Amino acid sequence: MKVITANFVTCAVKECKTSPASFPLHFHDAELEQQELEFQPEFIRNVIPRIDWEALRATANELGFPSLPDAKPEGEALENEQTMRDLHRMLLETHVSEGKLVCGNCNHAYMIKEGIANFLLPSHLGEIYS
Amino acid sequence: MDYLVRFAQTHETFRRPELEACATIAGANIEILSYNQFSPHCIVRFPDAAAAAATVKRSILAKDVFELWGQGTTYEELHEDIRQRSQHIWEEYSNISWKFVFSCFSGTRSSEKKGELMRSFQYMGFKGPIRMKNPEQEFHVMEEYIDDIEVATLKVSRIEEPRKIYLGRKLATSCREDFIKYDLKKRRYISTTSMDAELSLVTANMALAAPGKLFFDPFVGTGSFIVCAAHFGALTMGADIDGRSFRGKDRSKLGVFENFVQYKTESKFIDTLTSDLTNTPFRRAGFLDGIVCDPPYGVREGLRVLGERKGKTPVNVIIDGVPAHLRPGFIPPKKPYGFEALQNDVLNFAVRSLVTNGRLSMWMPTTNDEKIQFPVPMHEDLEVVSVCVQDFGNWARRLITYRRLPEGEKSDVSMARKKTDDAGYDANELNAFRRVVRSIEPQRSNWLTGKKHMLKGHGTRSGESSEVSQ
Repeated sequence: MKVITANFVTCAVKECKTSPASFPLHFHDAELEQQELEFQPEFIRNVIPRIDWEALRATANELGFPSLPDAKPEGEALENEQTMRDLHRMLLETHVSEGKLVCGNCNHAYMIKEGIANFLLPSHLGEIYS
Repeated sequence: MDYLVRFAQTHETFRRPELEACATIAGANIEILSYNQFSPHCIVRFPDAAAAAATVKRSILAKDVFELWGQGTTYEELHEDIRQRSQHIWEEYSNISWKFVFSCFSGTRSSEKKGELMRSFQYMGFKGPIRMKNPEQEFHVMEEYIDDIEVATLKVSRIEEPRKIYLGRKLATSCREDFIKYDLKKRRYISTTSMDAELSLVTANMALAAPGKLFFDPFVGTGSFIVCAAHFGALTMGADIDGRSFRGKDRSKLGVFENFVQYKTESKFIDTLTSDLTNTPFRRAGFLDGIVCDPPYGVREGLRVLGERKGKTPVNVIIDGVPAHLRPGFIPPKKPYGFEALQNDVLNFAVRSLVTNGRLSMWMPTTNDEKIQFPVPMHEDLEVVSVCVQDFGNWARRLITYRRLPEGEKSDVSMARKKTDDAGYDANELNAFRRVVRSIEPQRSNWLTGKKHMLKGHGTRSGESSEVSQ
């Protein structure tokens, strides 16, 4: 699971969605892998406005990345190649191959195995469709 | 000037919406002046030749595009029209290398006759060399007759002389050939429910896949749609309630990713997740440019959602002091799910996950039984951009494309399907479409009920035999 994906997901339990403690989910026992990819600055520029910057800073911190700037890059900062390359490396080229994502509200742990996170809930946590 | 787009004579209801989507991607204004489902020739107005070329270069269902130099129902009319439309530009082409190409749609001409007809254009005065290979300009004479399908459908008679003749200067070829590269027969990781390459690429076009964009398929399966969105440059993610569908049998490799490796688009793959649309882990925020999907129809295998079956109460089972769901290999219980509920979940997910003007392109089955109609599902925050139909006789499937409206704009949903699922608990009771397909001509709906096929959700790699499919 890539770092970018972690910024778009929260706890699957409906009651947790309204709690600020449920986002971002916290990585536990994360094994990191790097994979070099073709540099795609156009994508980074498009996606940065949709990133929750505070959550990304928290995730970066948990995964041991050098700390990110306080404010989300905007305008001219998005033209800075080094900034774009750093973000590209963290968001798209880093993935968690094994570990857990834990909700800060309900403490439910979502397992990540072979790079794939499993968000299926046991029945007592999921909303029963009727 | 006006332009002539030459379509492939296939998937007729998809051709116009796809061309319009390609124009949107190219940022070109487009006005379709004449279109006939029985003809490959379509007259279109674009602001300039560059816009016409850029649009058609992205199309799968168009073949090529021409600057229209003239048209007529007879050669006299054609020559007259050529003088009116294009006499002022003949001069520009008087010294370049060129060739003439003669083609007939649903008709034939002897080579002597073709030669004679082509010589009738000599008055345009091209003095440059004729070059059959790589000429600077190609001029096409296109004759249109009436094909067998039109004869059968409209009960018209065949004709000896063309009903329409066009002359055009060729501007660009489409990317139609790309679907050969994506042919399922040559793809590494597929299953029986993988969507064919041509329509998967069309789906990606309808949703405006392009470089820099983020695309998602909530029913990713073997990844047919996301590899096609990636082909057009989008970065992609997928989810499925059954992780085996995108993972495959070989646990050392990720099945879907093998396809990205095959097409050399590894950098366009982000992630696949095991998740359920009803209890989705995605946070409420517009982050997707496009959603492309073919939700399960629930005919072959009933639709499922997380939850306990009728009569069972959800409990937190504890085994050896550890809650069952925390033990390795836990498989959450799933229960039957309704066809309408599923589609509404997709629309609601699209509304909260798409950016403004982002698109959802969703396939949906329907029957051709007039007594049981399945109207287009709608949502007030989504505009229906197009509805295309692929007909299979007793059933059909539609590709419905929606646009996420800006906040404050609402679409008219008075024509929407209001139906909710029928009361009941099992897959048949909940799914009217399943009942219809299973009741009519069961032998012909084998493709859907999959009696001879393996179960959905288990992809196979090419060269790997499947024990269930034999």
